[in-house]
Amino acid sequence: MDKYICGICGYEYDPAYGDPDSNIPVGTPFEKLPEDWICPVCGAPKSEFTKAL
Amino acid sequence: MRPLEIKKDIYWVGAVDWNSRDFHGYSRSPLGTTYNAYLAMDQKVTLFDTVKYENKAELICRLSQIVAPQKIDYFVINHLEPDHAGSLRDMVELCKPEKIFCSPMGLRSMEAHFHFKDWPVEVVKSGDSISLGSREVHFLEARMLHWPDSMFSYLPQDKLLICNDAFGQNIASVERFADQIDRDVLKHAMQQYYANIVLPYSPIVLKTLDQVAQLGLDIDMIAPDHGLIYRGDDVDFALDSYRTFAEQKPLKKAVIAYDTMWHSTEKMAQAIAAGLCEEGISVKIMWLKANHHSAVMTEIFDAAALIVGSPTHNNGILPSVAGLLTYVKGLRPQNKIGAAFGSFGWSGESVKVITEWLEKMEMRIVSDAVKCKHVPTHDDYEKCRLLGQAIGKEINAM
Repeated sequence: MDKYICGICGYEYDPAYGDPDSNIPVGTPFEKLPEDWICPVCGAPKSEFTKAL
Repeated sequence: MRPLEIKKDIYWVGAVDWNSRDFHGYSRSPLGTTYNAYLAMDQKVTLFDTVKYENKAELICRLSQIVAPQKIDYFVINHLEPDHAGSLRDMVELCKPEKIFCSPMGLRSMEAHFHFKDWPVEVVKSGDSISLGSREVHFLEARMLHWPDSMFSYLPQDKLLICNDAFGQNIASVERFADQIDRDVLKHAMQQYYANIVLPYSPIVLKTLDQVAQLGLDIDMIAPDHGLIYRGDDVDFALDSYRTFAEQKPLKKAVIAYDTMWHSTEKMAQAIAAGLCEEGISVKIMWLKANHHSAVMTEIFDAAALIVGSPTHNNGILPSVAGLLTYVKGLRPQNKIGAAFGSFGWSGESVKVITEWLEKMEMRIVSDAVKCKHVPTHDDYEKCRLLGQAIGKEINAM
């Protein structure tokens, strides 16, 4: 599964870890994150993320 | 208004703001502050950061004693917040620099602040470097320390790290080096700055410190953009302090922050403190009308417990308490025990509201909240004392 990078702060969303602070379970692909999910570091919306190269 | 040569051919040319008390509209700077800018005299004369707009004359006065402003070739803008980049537009017009360097996020921020056309901006990323002639500048993006655009500039030939807001302290002084002032004043100012500005990004601080260690940067001077410069042994002192701050290991200390209408909640605060003292815990009792929320935050930062009190007012909490809770939540403190208390007249929602806030901050609730109707009785005081005691025992068990 692809990792995604926040364009604002550089945080990397890795499906292998999920996002426990927002109750996102391990193994959740980026595409399946809720539309109102935000970057856990800076609060940027999902639309700021791009696929990690 | 003399500049100060801090390294061969590198000068501090910043401004001292003795009167600053309101820091950025959300915090306090009781000792004033400085806006540090640095000038490197080389084949390419380079200015690192500017100062707050109101202090522009001081910057121009200082640097003009070294070089005519029009001779400055490069600007390095490590951070766009107006206390550092506020003079940028006027400085661009005055100096007409050949190039302005900033991070990728810096460009976005610069555009949004200045809406400029035709500025000679060149974006640099982590790992990029430029030559000034006899020295290089290496760039390290420090995103979210404490804005997305934040960047460090490292000058390897000078072993100098210009790190913008990281490692800053709000102290106005005639001294420029950390080893020239009282150590306790310095430590407190570092803690105050970290607790109110850097704290939410503690995981990034730890990552950045590891990065700096891995890169094996040889640093013998850290020059922040607020306050005193660290040199010699103080470099490790600054790095170690930040690691300790970021780890957020609490002391055996509790903060009781409250507001009160007719002194009942205030009396409850005193009784809770008595219980904590019986367990040997250091306590700060902070009335929110006598203490600014940033001063309270500085104390919460290294405390093991935050105990918040408010009377019930119109089925909720007092605005000062709501303000504190909003402020603390945004700063994301870790490893805390939380508790609530307060008096009420007829409905008594305040402790529930406070407890919900503390839970949202992932504070550990170890005891039921204590509330009392109108004026505390001896039984109420005893409940408060027992609350303090229970929290004290938890702190001692940590």
